[in-house]
Amino acid sequence: MQRRQSSKNSKQPLQVPRSNQTDLSAWRKGGRTDPEKSLQNHQSRNSQVNESKQDSLEQAVSYFEKVQNRVSLKKSEVLQKHLATVESIALQKGLPPEVFDVLLNVALDGKLADAVNTRLLKSLIPASVIPETSVVSSVSWLCVSKCSGSIQLLFIRWLIAMFDFIDHKEQLHALYGFFFSFLQDEKMCPYVCHLLYLLTRKESVKPFRIRRLLDLQAKMGMQPHLQALLSLYKLFCPELVSITLPGKMKTYFKNSEGPWKAAINTVRQRNRENSPVSQLLFLGTAQHQSRKRKWNTQLIIPASSASVNNLAEGKEKNRVDLYSTSESFPVEQLQTFSQLLQNIHHLEFPSQMGSVLTNPLLLHYMNCIKDESIYLRLYYWMGQTLQEECTWCVVESYQYEEEFKDFLETVYKAECFLQEGFSSCEEFLYKSLPLWDGFCCRSQVLRLMTWIPLRSFSEMKSHLYDPLAQLFFTSSLYFKCSVLESLKELLQNWLNWLVIQLDSESDSQGYSLNTTLSGLVNVVAELVHFVGWISTIALRLESNATFLLYFILDFYETVCDIYLRYNLPLLIMPPPGVFYPALLSMDSVSLNQLCYVMYRYRTNLVAAKENELIKKKILPFKFSSQTYQEYNQYLIAMVGCLWTSSAFQKDIHPQGIRLDDEVLKKTGVQEFKTGFNIVYHPAMMGYALLFLQQAWPDDNTFNFSLIKGRKWNWYLEYLYAQGLKGLKLFIESSINRVSQASQRKEGNVQV
Amino acid sequence: MSRRRGEASTPRKRNKKGQEKASTRRFRPRQTWPPGAVPRRRGGSREGDSNGAWRAAAPRSGSVMESEAAARTLPSAGRLSGAARRSRGPLFGRAHGRFGQGSAGGPLPPCSQENADPQKTAFLLRKQWTLYSVTPLYRFSSANLKEYARLLGAFIAAEKQKGLAVEVGVDLDIKVTFSSLPDLRGSDQDQAAMLVQLSSRSSVSPKNSEEKLMWSGWFCCVSGDDLSENVPEDFTCLPLFLANGAESYVAIVGSWFQKTFDCRFCRLAISPLNLTWMAAMWTGCKVEKNASATELVFSVPCLPQPLDISYAIHPEDAKALWDTVQKTPGEITQEEVDLFMDCLYSHFHRHFKIHLSATKLVKVSTAIASAHCDGIIKFLQSKYLIGVLMLLTELAISQIQ
Repeated sequence: MQRRQSSKNSKQPLQVPRSNQTDLSAWRKGGRTDPEKSLQNHQSRNSQVNESKQDSLEQAVSYFEKVQNRVSLKKSEVLQKHLATVESIALQKGLPPEVFDVLLNVALDGKLADAVNTRLLKSLIPASVIPETSVVSSVSWLCVSKCSGSIQLLFIRWLIAMFDFIDHKEQLHALYGFFFSFLQDEKMCPYVCHLLYLLTRKESVKPFRIRRLLDLQAKMGMQPHLQALLSLYKLFCPELVSITLPGKMKTYFKNSEGPWKAAINTVRQRNRENSPVSQLLFLGTAQHQSRKRKWNTQLIIPASSASVNNLAEGKEKNRVDLYSTSESFPVEQLQTFSQLLQNIHHLEFPSQMGSVLTNPLLLHYMNCIKDESIYLRLYYWMGQTLQEECTWCVVESYQYEEEFKDFLETVYKAECFLQEGFSSCEEFLYKSLPLWDGFCCRSQVLRLMTWIPLRSFSEMKSHLYDPLAQLFFTSSLYFKCSVLESLKELLQNWLNWLVIQLDSESDSQGYSLNTTLSGLVNVVAELVHFVGWISTIALRLESNATFLLYFILDFYETVCDIYLRYNLPLLIMPPPGVFYPALLSMDSVSLNQLCYVMYRYRTNLVAAKENELIKKKILPFKFSSQTYQEYNQYLIAMVGCLWTSSAFQKDIHPQGIRLDDEVLKKTGVQEFKTGFNIVYHPAMMGYALLFLQQAWPDDNTFNFSLIKGRKWNWYLEYLYAQGLKGLKLFIESSINRVSQASQRKEGNVQV
Repeated sequence: MSRRRGEASTPRKRNKKGQEKASTRRFRPRQTWPPGAVPRRRGGSREGDSNGAWRAAAPRSGSVMESEAAARTLPSAGRLSGAARRSRGPLFGRAHGRFGQGSAGGPLPPCSQENADPQKTAFLLRKQWTLYSVTPLYRFSSANLKEYARLLGAFIAAEKQKGLAVEVGVDLDIKVTFSSLPDLRGSDQDQAAMLVQLSSRSSVSPKNSEEKLMWSGWFCCVSGDDLSENVPEDFTCLPLFLANGAESYVAIVGSWFQKTFDCRFCRLAISPLNLTWMAAMWTGCKVEKNASATELVFSVPCLPQPLDISYAIHPEDAKALWDTVQKTPGEITQEEVDLFMDCLYSHFHRHFKIHLSATKLVKVSTAIASAHCDGIIKFLQSKYLIGVLMLLTELAISQIQ
């Protein structure tokens, strides 16, 4: 039978992937300097080298196939030569799949001396894969025990090292019991355990095997390899065996890769794309308990392990349960996305839902399975954990802040992944914000805040806004900025959610749910108003700090675009307490940002008006004329300020900067009219100065009034070139310039 | 008139665990009602008080109350439908209706199950139970108790000898028994209580059925409809867990339950406010003569050394006071409880010039039961067992939700 197989194999042409030959010299450097190696080195420079190598390998294999009697290595030069060929080719580029059958047979049938067998086994390195059949046939040699114990041991180690390269493992699994019987051998036992660990599947765990292992344990004591195998058994069949791994264990198996390590790495590198997951990945379930704390007060996100809870399945057949089938895929083995896709129909959530937080694959799965119980399990666990561990609510837990921070971080990441907030987290924030000092775990808490779900309830004020405002007003500038940043993200998350919600609703029910929609939009509007309010106060508290203004205007960059970007009927202008400080800011960044925001407001309002006129859609909402009016007031003020130099006369906003000429004259400022146009504006004066220097390099008088007429246009071009894109958009959209020649013209303020 | 328990918060309160054996100086005016004796000072420590730990908490206690208030008005949580909602009515509100039916006319209903056998629950009495809240158990089935016992037994054995594997089902040093206590429930909707017992086998003669009970713990739910009505079928609501025995076993058993049924255990502390409720409710219960005194223990905050004040009242005097305070039999309001306590405080102040309202109530013991704010309870009367459990279930549920 073996013969037939090998002849079948030899019919196939030797397939050595040519592309792999280039990197050979790279790893040969690390190789040993055997005499035959240097010979090979010499040969490799030969152009004929590949051909001759293949030939010599074929010759060597056919020699080994035919060798009948015991040949002494020392005496037979032919044997020496062929052995050297196999070794060198194996080390350089690995052996093709079809030679394994012959070589394994020779190595294990005991015809040749152990020294030869050892060398053969050590050189059995695959170029790509090892055919399962050859492994199975070589295992049969172990049964007849023709080879010595050390060769058997080496073979098992080889099998472990090469396990990932065996192309199929079905037949190998059938030999599970055979390998299991080798456990008796004391020397082999650690390696056999390792091999069994690799081979074990749920169906291989049998009570009699457990008893056997427990007997061994009783005989040999606590052995790491037995522990590993037993804990795997426990994982598959918790109803049969129980074990708790001590926390400090690190390695469970002796390293069997030793002789092949370098070569394996090369092969692995070569087929990196389908590299198998390293073993022992899922044995790390033992928790490391670093500190002494009372039970259950330590923050541990449970490791994902299969649910123990299906033990009842044998007894209660009547229970209808989609998941608890015996073929369910254990979560511990879930390591790749493709595994997830292949097993998604019989995947089971881990026994403790909390573990999904750290497992992106399970989060993916969670996203697909909209089962209430999943969320409920997570809700209870997370709610209690947050409550118990919250460092600022709970006495004596200050020292665990780092730990809590990490936990909050993990929760936040999971929320980002799922693109939705956990309700337990929301409740936690409502409960703990009033107690929060604004310092402990700051960034984590603020980030969690961004995922508070949008709900139409009226208590947002008392739960979120009030405690937040208290903290906001009493904390530093940086805290204020981070709060604004978080509120912007909160707004964006709400808007995204609303859009999706509307999409799915309009698919099914059209616009029938307008009442809820308007309720939700009102909640969003409330948030925007809240931010407007705290921004106004904060600007006064921080004396119009540019840094703060940046974050405020950043928030309004989202607000001004809600209609176009999210298709929601919401447009709220910034309060004058924000608008005027930005307009009169000392910093061009703020002014530029304000220009951009105003430009976007205009674009949105124009689009809304057009839609309204066309009546393409029957809009459930109209922007009130008040919004337009407010925009126009701001626009008049802005154009008057920056362009027509008439801000103090034309501003009609009740809280604006309109001032009587007499009052202005009393200030003693001469050119008060032009004081805030794009040349004299404190934020722009620096540009004007540089422009003057470039336009009139010889003139040192800094006569700003030179900037007019055609120079005015040049100056504008200059400003645009300096990166004031917002200003450009604003001027080009909102100011109707009669002709290029005319310098100042009334802006188009009628939207 | 304001509603009753609804206004009172039953918030979670961090348990103060550090049971320090501090040298407690006890100021212990032993009082009867009306007072007769003179207070006397006592040195030395009694029981492991947690004063030291509590004092650490004192500066924050004000804000804790705030959080409690916030917690009570939590909004509903969308996706989780009713389950995550704080849709609970006023605490103990539902119990009021039943108060009137109690034959004794007291605020606690006697055993609500007519067929309840006091013998079956007698072993729960006069033991100290540590309280825990437990979130609903996922995929728990009371039909599998035997199987669970086998698994838990092996788990305990494996935990105790870390590293050695244990076969499930073999005879081990520690025997685990799961049993159902069907009497311990308020209504048919409640899940039957479940008792877990660990007992050691004597290794000398395994055949000898001499088993020594080492540890016991039980789960129960008395009138926990608020919780159980809102969770899907896969979940079993047994929100209250009581343990007696070494804490290391609580840890092992609790971990096993947490792993197996995806639940979570948390210590259940009793806030001073809830203790005053217990004091009032239990005072109003009728008990036979020669009942032990009603004792309230107060802890004085912000002292360099812990100072406890024990205030003992003759139960009949306490009941007489309560009867004058309570307006409608079978109904208790927060005002009544406050008034009752204020009367006690002012009486104490008249004699000792100490404002007890400025201290913290840490323990209440009556003939019905005794409760400590750390979440330790001792049942003394099987007649009122269900009533006390109902109250504790409410507290546990409010901690979970």
